[in-house]
Amino acid sequence: MPEESLWTIFINASLVNNFVLAYFLGICPFLGVSAKLETASRMGGAVTFVMLVSSICAFGIQALLVAIDAPYLKLISFIAVIASTVQLVEMFIKKMSPALFRALGIFLPLITTNCAILGLALFQTNKGYSFVQCIVYALGAGAGFTLALVLMAGLREKLELAEVPDVTKGTAMALMLAGLLSVTFMGFGGLGG
Amino acid sequence: MATATKSSTDEFMKGLWKENPVFVQVLGMCPVLAVSNTALNALAMGLATLFVLVMSNIVVSSLRSFIPKEVRIATYILIIATFVTVVDYAIQAISLDLYKALGAFISLIVVNCLILGRAEAFASKNTVARSALDGLGMGTGFVVALFCLGAVREIMGSGSLFGVQLFHDAFQDWVVMVLPSGGFFTLAGWLLLFNWLKQRKAHREDRATLALSKEVV
Repeated sequence: MPEESLWTIFINASLVNNFVLAYFLGICPFLGVSAKLETASRMGGAVTFVMLVSSICAFGIQALLVAIDAPYLKLISFIAVIASTVQLVEMFIKKMSPALFRALGIFLPLITTNCAILGLALFQTNKGYSFVQCIVYALGAGAGFTLALVLMAGLREKLELAEVPDVTKGTAMALMLAGLLSVTFMGFGGLGG
Repeated sequence: MATATKSSTDEFMKGLWKENPVFVQVLGMCPVLAVSNTALNALAMGLATLFVLVMSNIVVSSLRSFIPKEVRIATYILIIATFVTVVDYAIQAISLDLYKALGAFISLIVVNCLILGRAEAFASKNTVARSALDGLGMGTGFVVALFCLGAVREIMGSGSLFGVQLFHDAFQDWVVMVLPSGGFFTLAGWLLLFNWLKQRKAHREDRATLALSKEVV
Protein backbone atom coordinates (compact mmCIF):
# COMPACT_ATOMS: atom_id res chain seq x y z
CA MET A 1 0.00 0.00 0.00
CA PRO A 2 2.43 2.68 -1.11
CA GLU A 3 -0.16 5.46 -0.91
CA GLU A 4 -0.39 5.33 2.90
CA SER A 5 0.33 8.69 4.49
CA LEU A 6 3.55 9.05 6.46
CA TRP A 7 1.65 9.80 9.66
CA THR A 8 -0.38 6.60 9.29
CA ILE A 9 2.76 4.56 8.79
CA PHE A 10 4.34 6.04 11.90
CA ILE A 11 1.30 5.46 14.13
CA ASN A 12 0.84 1.96 12.75
CA ALA A 13 4.43 0.93 13.34
CA SER A 14 4.74 2.44 16.80
CA LEU A 15 1.34 1.89 18.44
CA VAL A 16 -1.21 -0.18 16.53
CA ASN A 17 1.15 -2.89 15.31
CA ASN A 18 3.78 -2.41 17.95
CA PHE A 19 6.76 -4.57 16.99
CA VAL A 20 7.18 -6.06 20.44
CA LEU A 21 3.64 -6.41 21.70
CA ALA A 22 1.75 -7.24 18.51
CA TYR A 23 4.36 -8.85 16.23
CA PHE A 24 6.52 -10.46 18.95
CA LEU A 25 9.74 -9.16 17.46
CA GLY A 26 12.68 -8.41 19.70
CA ILE A 27 11.32 -10.36 22.65
CA CYS A 28 14.79 -11.41 23.81
CA PRO A 29 16.08 -7.89 24.58
CA PHE A 30 12.56 -7.00 25.72
CA LEU A 31 12.78 -9.61 28.49
CA GLY A 32 16.55 -9.37 28.94
CA VAL A 33 17.28 -5.68 29.37
CA SER A 34 13.99 -4.40 30.75
CA ALA A 35 14.94 -4.77 34.39
CA LYS A 36 16.23 -1.18 34.75
CA LEU A 37 14.71 1.96 33.31
CA GLU A 38 18.02 3.56 32.37
CA THR A 39 19.45 0.67 30.38
CA ALA A 40 16.08 0.12 28.75
CA SER A 41 15.92 3.63 27.30
CA ARG A 42 19.54 3.43 26.09
CA MET A 43 18.90 0.10 24.43
CA GLY A 44 15.82 1.61 22.77
CA GLY A 45 17.90 4.46 21.38
CA ALA A 46 20.58 2.14 20.01
CA VAL A 47 18.02 -0.15 18.38
CA THR A 48 16.20 2.78 16.78
CA PHE A 49 19.45 4.01 15.29
CA VAL A 50 20.44 0.62 13.88
CA MET A 51 16.91 0.18 12.54
CA LEU A 52 17.16 3.47 10.67
CA VAL A 53 20.54 2.65 9.12
CA SER A 54 19.70 -0.94 8.21
CA SER A 55 16.33 0.10 6.81
CA ILE A 56 18.07 2.49 4.42
CA CYS A 57 20.60 -0.22 3.46
CA ALA A 58 17.86 -2.80 2.99
CA PHE A 59 16.07 -0.45 0.61
CA GLY A 60 19.19 -0.19 -1.52
CA ILE A 61 19.85 -3.93 -1.47
CA GLN A 62 16.30 -4.76 -2.47
CA ALA A 63 16.60 -2.46 -5.49
CA LEU A 64 19.93 -4.08 -6.39
CA LEU A 65 18.59 -7.64 -6.01
CA VAL A 66 15.59 -6.86 -8.18
CA ALA A 67 17.97 -5.40 -10.77
CA ILE A 68 20.17 -8.51 -10.92
CA ASP A 69 17.17 -10.85 -10.50
CA ALA A 70 18.38 -12.79 -7.47
CA PRO A 71 15.60 -12.67 -4.85
CA TYR A 72 16.84 -15.84 -3.12
CA LEU A 73 19.85 -13.89 -1.84
CA LYS A 74 17.59 -11.49 0.07
CA LEU A 75 17.83 -13.10 3.49
CA ILE A 76 21.57 -13.71 3.39
CA SER A 77 22.42 -10.22 2.21
CA PHE A 78 20.04 -8.57 4.70
CA ILE A 79 21.54 -10.35 7.65
CA ALA A 80 25.07 -9.73 6.43
CA VAL A 81 24.31 -6.01 6.06
CA ILE A 82 22.72 -5.80 9.50
CA ALA A 83 25.69 -7.54 11.10
CA SER A 84 28.16 -5.23 9.41
CA THR A 85 26.03 -2.15 10.16
CA VAL A 86 26.09 -3.02 13.82
CA GLN A 87 29.84 -3.49 13.62
CA LEU A 88 30.25 -0.16 11.83
CA VAL A 89 28.02 1.69 14.27
CA GLU A 90 30.02 0.20 17.11
CA MET A 91 33.33 1.41 15.69
CA PHE A 92 31.87 4.82 14.83
CA ILE A 93 30.46 5.40 18.31
CA LYS A 94 33.71 4.21 19.87
CA LYS A 95 35.64 6.78 17.89
CA MET A 96 33.22 9.69 18.18
CA SER A 97 31.94 9.34 21.71
CA PRO A 98 33.72 6.94 24.08
CA ALA A 99 31.30 7.88 26.87
CA LEU A 100 28.28 6.71 24.91
CA PHE A 101 30.16 3.58 23.86
CA ARG A 102 30.81 2.64 27.45
CA ALA A 103 27.20 3.34 28.38
CA LEU A 104 25.83 1.05 25.66
CA GLY A 105 28.36 -1.64 26.47
CA ILE A 106 27.42 -5.14 25.41
CA PHE A 107 24.05 -4.11 23.99
CA LEU A 108 25.49 -3.04 20.66
CA PRO A 109 26.72 -6.44 19.41
CA LEU A 110 23.53 -8.06 20.73
CA ILE A 111 21.47 -5.95 18.35
CA THR A 112 22.59 -8.17 15.45
CA THR A 113 20.39 -11.01 16.66
CA ASN A 114 17.47 -8.72 17.42
CA CYS A 115 14.66 -10.04 15.24
CA ALA A 116 12.95 -6.65 15.21
CA ILE A 117 15.63 -5.30 12.88
CA LEU A 118 15.56 -8.12 10.35
CA GLY A 119 11.77 -8.13 10.67
CA LEU A 120 11.66 -4.45 9.81
CA ALA A 121 13.82 -4.97 6.72
CA LEU A 122 11.60 -7.86 5.56
CA PHE A 123 8.30 -6.10 6.23
CA GLN A 124 9.25 -2.93 4.42
CA THR A 125 10.20 -4.87 1.28
CA ASN A 126 7.01 -6.95 1.51
CA LYS A 127 4.95 -3.79 1.76
CA GLY A 128 6.83 -2.14 -1.08
CA TYR A 129 7.43 1.15 0.69
CA SER A 130 9.19 4.04 -1.00
CA PHE A 131 12.44 5.47 0.38
CA VAL A 132 10.83 8.15 2.57
CA GLN A 133 8.18 5.72 3.77
CA CYS A 134 10.92 3.28 4.77
CA ILE A 135 12.60 5.90 6.93
CA VAL A 136 9.36 6.84 8.65
CA TYR A 137 8.52 3.16 9.13
CA ALA A 138 11.92 2.54 10.76
CA LEU A 139 11.50 5.57 13.03
CA GLY A 140 8.01 4.44 14.05
CA ALA A 141 9.15 0.89 14.76
CA GLY A 142 12.07 2.19 16.81
CA ALA A 143 9.82 4.52 18.78
CA GLY A 144 7.40 1.66 19.45
CA PHE A 145 10.20 -0.63 20.56
CA THR A 146 11.59 2.01 22.92
CA LEU A 147 8.14 2.75 24.30
CA ALA A 148 7.43 -0.92 25.05
CA LEU A 149 10.86 -1.41 26.63
CA VAL A 150 10.56 1.69 28.83
CA LEU A 151 7.01 0.88 29.96
CA MET A 152 8.07 -2.65 30.82
CA ALA A 153 11.14 -1.47 32.72
CA GLY A 154 9.05 0.98 34.74
CA LEU A 155 6.59 -1.75 35.69
CA ARG A 156 9.34 -4.19 36.62
CA GLU A 157 11.13 -1.63 38.79
CA LYS A 158 7.91 -1.08 40.73
CA LEU A 159 7.23 -4.79 41.02
CA GLU A 160 10.58 -5.43 42.62
CA LEU A 161 9.18 -3.84 45.76
CA ALA A 162 6.02 -5.94 45.73
CA GLU A 163 5.69 -9.27 47.45
CA VAL A 164 4.83 -12.00 44.97
CA PRO A 165 4.67 -15.79 45.38
CA ASP A 166 8.02 -17.47 44.74
CA VAL A 167 6.81 -19.40 41.68
CA THR A 168 5.94 -16.24 39.78
CA LYS A 169 9.34 -14.61 40.18
CA GLY A 170 11.46 -13.95 37.11
CA THR A 171 10.43 -14.66 33.55
CA ALA A 172 6.90 -15.84 34.35
CA MET A 173 6.10 -12.51 35.95
CA ALA A 174 7.68 -10.59 33.08
CA LEU A 175 5.58 -12.54 30.58
CA MET A 176 2.36 -11.86 32.44
CA LEU A 177 3.20 -8.15 32.49
CA ALA A 178 3.93 -8.27 28.78
CA GLY A 179 0.56 -9.94 28.21
CA LEU A 180 -1.24 -7.18 30.08
CA LEU A 181 0.70 -4.51 28.17
CA SER A 182 -0.23 -6.25 24.95
CA VAL A 183 -3.92 -6.17 25.88
CA THR A 184 -3.57 -2.46 26.61
CA PHE A 185 -1.97 -1.79 23.24
CA MET A 186 -4.87 -3.51 21.52
CA GLY A 187 -6.83 -0.44 22.57
CA PHE A 188 -4.94 1.48 19.88
CA GLY A 189 -6.50 -0.71 17.18
CA GLY A 190 -8.08 1.30 14.39
CA LEU A 191 -6.21 4.45 15.36
CA GLY A 192 -4.02 4.54 12.26
CA GLY A 193 -6.89 3.66 9.94
CA MET B 1 35.44 -31.92 29.45
CA ALA B 2 32.23 -32.90 31.17
CA THR B 3 30.23 -33.38 27.98
CA ALA B 4 32.69 -35.94 26.63
CA THR B 5 31.65 -38.44 29.27
CA LYS B 6 27.96 -38.09 28.51
CA SER B 7 26.26 -40.92 26.65
CA SER B 8 24.53 -40.20 23.34
CA THR B 9 21.10 -40.66 24.87
CA ASP B 10 21.88 -38.07 27.50
CA GLU B 11 22.99 -35.67 24.78
CA PHE B 12 19.62 -36.08 23.11
CA MET B 13 17.48 -36.10 26.24
CA LYS B 14 18.91 -32.96 27.84
CA GLY B 15 17.29 -30.81 25.16
CA LEU B 16 13.95 -32.46 25.75
CA TRP B 17 13.63 -31.91 29.44
CA LYS B 18 16.48 -30.69 31.62
CA GLU B 19 17.68 -27.92 29.31
CA ASN B 20 14.51 -27.45 27.31
CA PRO B 21 15.20 -24.37 25.14
CA VAL B 22 11.82 -22.77 25.69
CA PHE B 23 10.71 -23.68 29.21
CA VAL B 24 14.08 -23.72 30.94
CA GLN B 25 16.46 -21.52 28.93
CA VAL B 26 13.77 -19.15 27.58
CA LEU B 27 15.49 -18.84 24.19
CA GLY B 28 14.02 -18.18 20.77
CA MET B 29 10.92 -16.53 22.14
CA CYS B 30 9.88 -14.55 19.08
CA PRO B 31 8.67 -17.41 16.87
CA VAL B 32 7.41 -19.28 19.92
CA LEU B 33 4.93 -16.54 20.73
CA ALA B 34 4.16 -15.35 17.24
CA VAL B 35 3.15 -18.51 15.40
CA SER B 36 1.75 -20.62 18.20
CA ASN B 37 -1.86 -19.50 17.67
CA THR B 38 -2.79 -22.88 16.19
CA ALA B 39 -1.27 -26.29 16.82
CA LEU B 40 -0.54 -26.85 13.12
CA ASN B 41 1.38 -23.59 12.68
CA ALA B 42 3.32 -24.28 15.84
CA LEU B 43 4.26 -27.77 14.67
CA ALA B 44 5.36 -26.58 11.23
CA MET B 45 7.44 -23.80 12.71
CA GLY B 46 9.01 -26.22 15.19
CA LEU B 47 9.94 -28.70 12.46
CA ALA B 48 11.44 -25.96 10.28
CA THR B 49 13.55 -24.80 13.22
CA LEU B 50 14.55 -28.39 14.00
CA PHE B 51 15.83 -28.87 10.45
CA VAL B 52 17.82 -25.62 10.45
CA LEU B 53 19.22 -26.37 13.89
CA VAL B 54 20.45 -29.86 12.99
CA MET B 55 21.90 -28.83 9.64
CA SER B 56 23.66 -25.72 10.94
CA ASN B 57 25.03 -27.67 13.91
CA ILE B 58 26.48 -30.29 11.54
CA VAL B 59 28.05 -27.73 9.19
CA VAL B 60 29.40 -25.50 11.96
CA SER B 61 30.86 -28.48 13.75
CA SER B 62 32.53 -29.91 10.63
CA LEU B 63 34.03 -26.50 9.76
CA ARG B 64 34.99 -25.65 13.33
CA SER B 65 38.75 -25.86 12.78
CA PHE B 66 38.64 -23.69 9.62
CA ILE B 67 36.59 -20.75 10.89
CA PRO B 68 38.75 -17.89 12.23
CA LYS B 69 37.73 -16.87 15.73
CA GLU B 70 37.25 -13.19 14.87
CA VAL B 71 34.55 -13.69 12.28
CA ARG B 72 32.90 -16.79 13.71
CA ILE B 73 29.56 -15.20 14.59
CA ALA B 74 29.18 -13.72 11.11
CA THR B 75 30.09 -17.09 9.59
CA TYR B 76 27.56 -18.93 11.72
CA ILE B 77 24.86 -16.47 10.76
CA LEU B 78 25.61 -16.92 7.05
CA ILE B 79 25.47 -20.73 7.42
CA ILE B 80 22.17 -20.47 9.25
CA ALA B 81 20.78 -18.00 6.69
CA THR B 82 21.57 -20.44 3.88
CA PHE B 83 19.55 -23.24 5.47
CA VAL B 84 16.72 -20.89 6.35
CA THR B 85 16.48 -19.87 2.69
CA VAL B 86 16.24 -23.57 1.80
CA VAL B 87 13.43 -24.08 4.31
CA ASP B 88 11.69 -20.91 3.16
CA TYR B 89 11.53 -22.09 -0.45
CA ALA B 90 10.66 -25.67 0.57
CA ILE B 91 7.63 -24.59 2.62
CA GLN B 92 6.52 -22.32 -0.20
CA ALA B 93 6.62 -25.33 -2.54
CA ILE B 94 4.90 -27.77 -0.17
CA SER B 95 2.02 -25.66 1.09
CA LEU B 96 1.27 -22.10 0.10
CA ASP B 97 -1.39 -21.75 2.83
CA LEU B 98 1.11 -22.64 5.51
CA TYR B 99 3.63 -20.27 3.99
CA LYS B 100 1.12 -17.44 4.17
CA ALA B 101 0.16 -18.28 7.76
CA LEU B 102 3.76 -18.31 8.97
CA GLY B 103 4.65 -15.22 6.96
CA ALA B 104 7.95 -13.52 7.65
CA PHE B 105 8.58 -15.72 10.66
CA ILE B 106 10.20 -18.44 8.56
CA SER B 107 12.85 -15.95 7.47
CA LEU B 108 13.17 -14.82 11.04
CA ILE B 109 14.47 -18.27 12.07
CA VAL B 110 17.85 -16.74 11.13
CA VAL B 111 17.85 -14.56 14.21
CA ASN B 112 16.50 -17.23 16.54
CA CYS B 113 18.95 -16.98 19.42
CA LEU B 114 18.54 -20.69 20.10
CA ILE B 115 20.26 -21.71 16.84
CA LEU B 116 23.13 -19.24 17.12
CA GLY B 117 23.44 -20.14 20.79
CA ARG B 118 23.83 -23.86 20.03
CA ALA B 119 26.32 -23.15 17.24
CA GLU B 120 28.43 -21.01 19.53
CA ALA B 121 28.10 -22.97 22.75
CA PHE B 122 28.08 -26.53 21.48
CA ALA B 123 28.76 -27.18 17.79
CA SER B 124 31.93 -25.09 17.72
CA LYS B 125 33.50 -27.29 20.38
CA ASN B 126 32.19 -30.79 19.73
CA THR B 127 32.35 -33.55 17.11
CA VAL B 128 29.94 -33.71 14.18
CA ALA B 129 27.94 -36.68 15.48
CA ARG B 130 27.58 -35.18 18.94
CA SER B 131 26.53 -31.80 17.51
CA ALA B 132 23.93 -33.45 15.30
CA LEU B 133 22.51 -35.26 18.32
CA ASP B 134 22.52 -32.05 20.33
CA GLY B 135 20.69 -30.24 17.54
CA LEU B 136 18.19 -33.07 17.28
CA GLY B 137 17.53 -33.04 21.01
CA MET B 138 17.23 -29.27 21.34
CA GLY B 139 15.13 -29.10 18.19
CA THR B 140 12.76 -31.78 19.46
CA GLY B 141 12.50 -29.97 22.77
CA PHE B 142 11.62 -26.83 20.82
CA VAL B 143 8.97 -28.67 18.77
CA VAL B 144 7.39 -30.15 21.91
CA ALA B 145 7.32 -26.77 23.65
CA LEU B 146 5.83 -25.03 20.61
CA PHE B 147 3.21 -27.74 20.31
CA CYS B 148 2.29 -27.42 24.00
CA LEU B 149 1.71 -23.70 23.52
CA GLY B 150 -0.04 -24.00 20.18
CA ALA B 151 -2.37 -26.74 21.38
CA VAL B 152 -3.42 -24.84 24.50
CA ARG B 153 -3.99 -21.65 22.54
CA GLU B 154 -5.99 -23.35 19.82
CA ILE B 155 -8.15 -25.40 22.21
CA MET B 156 -8.99 -22.41 24.38
CA GLY B 157 -9.06 -19.76 21.66
CA SER B 158 -11.04 -21.54 18.95
CA GLY B 159 -12.26 -24.71 20.67
CA SER B 160 -10.50 -27.00 18.21
CA LEU B 161 -7.31 -28.96 17.70
CA PHE B 162 -5.69 -29.24 14.24
CA GLY B 163 -8.88 -27.65 12.91
CA VAL B 164 -11.14 -30.38 14.37
CA GLN B 165 -13.93 -28.95 16.53
CA LEU B 166 -13.67 -30.37 20.05
CA PHE B 167 -16.55 -28.83 21.95
CA HIS B 168 -20.27 -28.34 21.59
CA ASP B 169 -21.44 -25.20 19.79
CA ALA B 170 -22.28 -23.60 23.12
CA PHE B 171 -18.56 -23.29 23.93
CA GLN B 172 -17.60 -19.67 24.15
CA ASP B 173 -14.18 -19.10 22.54
CA TRP B 174 -11.59 -17.28 24.61
CA VAL B 175 -10.69 -14.91 21.83
CA VAL B 176 -7.87 -13.38 23.83
CA MET B 177 -5.90 -16.64 23.60
CA VAL B 178 -5.48 -16.37 19.82
CA LEU B 179 -4.52 -12.71 20.05
CA PRO B 180 -0.91 -11.70 20.76
CA SER B 181 -1.52 -11.26 24.47
CA GLY B 182 -2.71 -14.86 24.72
CA GLY B 183 0.76 -16.01 23.69
CA PHE B 184 2.33 -14.17 26.60
CA PHE B 185 -0.26 -15.50 29.04
CA THR B 186 0.01 -19.12 27.88
CA LEU B 187 3.80 -19.13 28.05
CA ALA B 188 3.65 -17.50 31.49
CA GLY B 189 1.25 -20.26 32.56
CA TRP B 190 3.58 -23.03 31.37
CA LEU B 191 6.54 -21.39 33.09
CA LEU B 192 4.54 -21.16 36.31
CA LEU B 193 3.79 -24.86 36.09
CA PHE B 194 7.45 -25.70 35.52
CA ASN B 195 8.58 -23.45 38.36
CA TRP B 196 6.06 -25.06 40.66
CA LEU B 197 7.24 -28.57 39.73
CA LYS B 198 10.86 -27.56 40.24
CA GLN B 199 10.07 -26.02 43.61
CA ARG B 200 8.12 -29.04 44.77
CA LYS B 201 11.02 -31.30 43.81
CA ALA B 202 13.48 -29.07 45.68
CA HIS B 203 11.24 -29.15 48.77
CA ARG B 204 11.07 -32.92 48.67
CA GLU B 205 14.82 -33.25 48.36
CA ASP B 206 15.27 -30.84 51.25
CA ARG B 207 12.95 -32.89 53.41
CA ALA B 208 14.68 -36.11 52.40
CA THR B 209 18.13 -34.81 53.32
CA LEU B 210 16.72 -33.42 56.56
CA ALA B 211 15.22 -36.80 57.48
CA LEU B 212 18.46 -38.50 56.52
CA SER B 213 20.58 -36.18 58.65
CA LYS B 214 18.22 -36.73 61.63
CA GLU B 215 18.59 -40.47 61.25
CA VAL B 216 22.35 -40.15 61.20
CA VAL B 217 22.29 -38.05 64.34
